[in-house]
Amino acid sequence: MKVTVRFFASVKEQLGRELEEIEVPAGISTVGGLRAHLRARGGRWAEVLAETRRVSAAVNQDMVKPGAAIRPGDEVAFFPPVTGG
Amino acid sequence: MKILVQPGNFDAGLEIKALSNNPSIGAVASFVGVVREVAMTLEHYPGMTENSIRKIAEEARSRWQVIDCTVIHRYGELRPSDQIVLVAVASAHRGDAFAACEFIMDYLKTRAPFWKKEHAAEGPRWVEAKSSDDDAAERWQLRQGLTQP
Repeated sequence: MKVTVRFFASVKEQLGRELEEIEVPAGISTVGGLRAHLRARGGRWAEVLAETRRVSAAVNQDMVKPGAAIRPGDEVAFFPPVTGG
Repeated sequence: MKILVQPGNFDAGLEIKALSNNPSIGAVASFVGVVREVAMTLEHYPGMTENSIRKIAEEARSRWQVIDCTVIHRYGELRPSDQIVLVAVASAHRGDAFAACEFIMDYLKTRAPFWKKEHAAEGPRWVEAKSSDDDAAERWQLRQGLTQP
């Protein structure tokens, strides 16, 4: 399935990427699975999306936990903990 | 309910006046956040930002007697003493207005997708999220769906 992945703030800066269409391999069905898939690219991806880093996620603009399901056409976003207000 | 995410400034006085224009309103509580000491750039997630603020304003309405509310949050380049955020809540009585206003603000800090990058003398740096902000939101015992993932 294809999903759109967006990155924000320090995650975007460190990955040098803002937006990407990704063909998700069969067997990956959650946000946490997608994060691990991206991490497996190695280099910066492994570093920025490391399990020890606090990275939040949203699916279709709703904040979710790593176990949240992803479906074809979803917009998934990864970003650092928010600091507004 | 008025929710705006914008680069430009706002006039808190005018916003409060607009909110008060209803005979059943007896109290308007408001909060204005201001940039302290260092210039910054505020990034946000267009679309999600507005939706997440709307959700918490609705949550506030379900918990307290809120007649109307206005939330304005700026993004982009901000300098020291610039206003960042306005939360104003109108209710029949002050208790509901104070509580809902603080609740919305605590939520914003931990759930609305904004990120601050400070432009300090040593160079730009992303502001780290504070655990005290998580604690502030946690004490409202946010219901399922609004809890921190």
